[in-house]
Amino acid sequence: MDKILVGLFSIVGMVFTYWFFLMKKEEVVSVQDSMDSSGSPQVDIFVDGGYSPDTISIPLGKTTKINFFRKDQSTCLEEVVISDFKIRKYLPLNQKVSVDIIPKNKGSFNFSCGMGMFHGKLIVK
Amino acid sequence: METNKLTNKVTKKTFSIKGLHCASCIRVTERALKKTPGVKDAVVNLATQKAMVTYDTDNCTPEQLAEAIDKTGYILELEDTSYAEASESKEKELKKLLNKVNVSLGFGLLIFWGSFPVLMETAPAIFRNFFFQLLLATPVQFWAGYEFYRATVPALKHRSANMDTLVALGTTVAYIYSTFVTFFPEVIINLGLDPMPYFDVAVIVIGLILLGRYFEAKAKSGTSQAIKKLIGLQAKTARVIRDKKEVNLPIEQVKIGNIIRVRPGEKIPVDGVIIEGESSIDESMITGESIPVDKTKGDTVVGATMNKSGTFIYKATKVGAETMLAQIIKLVEEAQGSKAPIQRLADIVSSYFVPVVIMLAFLTFGVWYIFGPSPAFLYAMLNTVAVLIIACPCAMGLATPTAIMVGTGIGAEHGILIKDAESLETANKINAIVFDKTGTLTKGKPEVTDLIVLDKLEEYPSSGAKPDQEDEILKLAASIEKGSEHSLAESIVKEAENKKLVLSKVEKFKAIPGYGVEGWLNKQKILLGNIKLMKKNGVRIDSTQVKTTEKLEMDGKTVVYIAVDQKALGLIAIADTIKDTAKDALTSLKKRGIEILMITGDNERTANAIAKKLGVDRVLAEVLPDQKENEIKKLQTAGKKVAMVGDGINDAPALAAADIGIAMGSGTDVAIEAADITLINKDLKSVTAAIELSKKTMRTIKLNLIWAFGYNVLLIPVAMGILYPFFGILLSPIFASVAMASSSISVVSNSLLLKRVKIL
Repeated sequence: MDKILVGLFSIVGMVFTYWFFLMKKEEVVSVQDSMDSSGSPQVDIFVDGGYSPDTISIPLGKTTKINFFRKDQSTCLEEVVISDFKIRKYLPLNQKVSVDIIPKNKGSFNFSCGMGMFHGKLIVK
Repeated sequence: METNKLTNKVTKKTFSIKGLHCASCIRVTERALKKTPGVKDAVVNLATQKAMVTYDTDNCTPEQLAEAIDKTGYILELEDTSYAEASESKEKELKKLLNKVNVSLGFGLLIFWGSFPVLMETAPAIFRNFFFQLLLATPVQFWAGYEFYRATVPALKHRSANMDTLVALGTTVAYIYSTFVTFFPEVIINLGLDPMPYFDVAVIVIGLILLGRYFEAKAKSGTSQAIKKLIGLQAKTARVIRDKKEVNLPIEQVKIGNIIRVRPGEKIPVDGVIIEGESSIDESMITGESIPVDKTKGDTVVGATMNKSGTFIYKATKVGAETMLAQIIKLVEEAQGSKAPIQRLADIVSSYFVPVVIMLAFLTFGVWYIFGPSPAFLYAMLNTVAVLIIACPCAMGLATPTAIMVGTGIGAEHGILIKDAESLETANKINAIVFDKTGTLTKGKPEVTDLIVLDKLEEYPSSGAKPDQEDEILKLAASIEKGSEHSLAESIVKEAENKKLVLSKVEKFKAIPGYGVEGWLNKQKILLGNIKLMKKNGVRIDSTQVKTTEKLEMDGKTVVYIAVDQKALGLIAIADTIKDTAKDALTSLKKRGIEILMITGDNERTANAIAKKLGVDRVLAEVLPDQKENEIKKLQTAGKKVAMVGDGINDAPALAAADIGIAMGSGTDVAIEAADITLINKDLKSVTAAIELSKKTMRTIKLNLIWAFGYNVLLIPVAMGILYPFFGILLSPIFASVAMASSSISVVSNSLLLKRVKIL
């Protein structure tokens, strides 16, 4: 009996893990809703166990300021890499680090931590 | 943002301010800063667009300063974290980490002593007490291991996971089971199990993983040393001359047009042009070229290079972000932020890795519990913990970027600037290199190589008796060519000037395009040009002279005749000399199996002659500048991976069309923009070095990836117990943590080994 229960527990655990981590929905945040004092679009991303928000829609051809705030002590997240824009930045703990991005093409551009464990996405429209 | 600590509370920081245009902007922003509570002093500089603020950290924060500036309509930049600040913050984090390692491993060893079957007999009774072990294990689990939980909880909120999640899960399972055994041993006994806790597993695993992380962080800092070195090259002050007095100014305050004095042994502060004096300058830190360069009035100097011998005064032409050093730093930073195509697979695997490992852990537990030997629960639990602990996604994530960082850094140290990781990867696949001839393979400055007297000069002396016939011919040629703008004319005039010949004034000078020039001197008509000009004017050239001309042309030289009153007096051969390192560089590239091509606008005979001397495989002659791009495309269509080496300005379209564009001897914006690889020095061996660097870096990346993938693909099944049915081998979670910690370190260390590679 206990073996059947443990077998079920294993299968449910695997299915749950797949659903929980690999089937999450994408919530897109648009930077058009937030402007800095110079009128440029900007977005604040909190780095804490991942990126929040992790999918951001940014406008084509405009300078968008992305402000990263790292709250997570994990060394995994101490760097952010936006390789399509040739950006690799060290994120000191509890400090704001801004990067300016001017997308020249439409599309989806991934960003990640230095080790490629945590991911986010910039969608250029 | 640069920081200067004055006291514990009062600090001085420099912030960039955006939007400053005039003196009134300075007043407004300074007033706003000074009015902010806690600010002791604020100085805003229009030239550098920076504010130096002295403030009390108890009563004021950078955010408050930014808010105050924001209200005035300007922007105070908080994000410009200096490298010094970043490294200080990293140092602090490392120190904390080391403390945690010491405590974890110290306590871990005590628990191990009290719980390991044979060793425990020698341990004091208190170490064998489960409650005492719990007391030691708890701070390690929740204080030292806090960062695993700290990363796991928010990650789970985002429905994502990383290595911390695996460690947190694995050690928590071991800790909770052990705590249960400690408090309720009878329950465990009733289940038919030996009531032994596994605090040592939880604690030592945490200690070893933190130790691995400490070494990894140390090693990783070595991969970004090149940028730190480059930033360290910057001079701090400049000796600016104002009202005939020398003033020492911080480098940020130097403006374009400032006159600066540099003394022997001093660093040149910014880029500029020498206006007085001469010196020998060590530019090795920028170009990688070890021999100092002599510079005099009119020559350009580069900021951060070292003045060796003389004192000179120069005018600043580029400051701040415009200097060559700043451009190099920007380029290297960008290259290190880019991603190599080879990394794509690792990225895809990394994004699924942790969830898949958790699924495998569930599978391991189920399979061992159902099919495993007795005590099945313990086997299932320990093997599940081993699976969670041994998986190392970090090694995959570090495999490519660490090697790219070291590779691009080494390049920068040798004057080889690589635009991005993709260029570094593509350079490895190049099998044909097209070299532009003029200025790339040759010095780009034609020189007189031969002067042959064809007829006696007695009838045409210009001064004194018994003239030197060669000198007289050169003097005549230079006198007439002085009015010409042709590059060949320049070489003849230069040769005459070198011999200190006094030139005569020529009348009725006329350039005949495609032929040469003519003019009058002492009522005699002088012709200077090619054989066609001679024939056109009825000058007789005999067959011996034609043969001489052909022979010189076969040597890659351009021949001009000089005739006076329809009589050929002599001929001058001019050639663009081949660079000293050209032949060796091309030979070493050919040894690597790369086909060498030369592209030039020269006629085929001259081009072939130079190609033969250099050992070029194929010549693309009589190609006009706008046709070079097409020639590159033709080669690509024929299946070649082509690199084009040129000067970066005239060859921009060809450089852009090639798979890899290599711009030589230039750090200008145009060259950097067009090229994938920019060679700051003019040494052709740097082309070989760039290819070699690419090959070595790619080899390191491949090794890293094989190791990172191989490690996980082989050891995860071992941790799951795949070897148990055949050999009875199981992996202890403690061994799993050793393997995991050393896996990332191996990858980073392998990348650091690149530093030992010799590319020149």
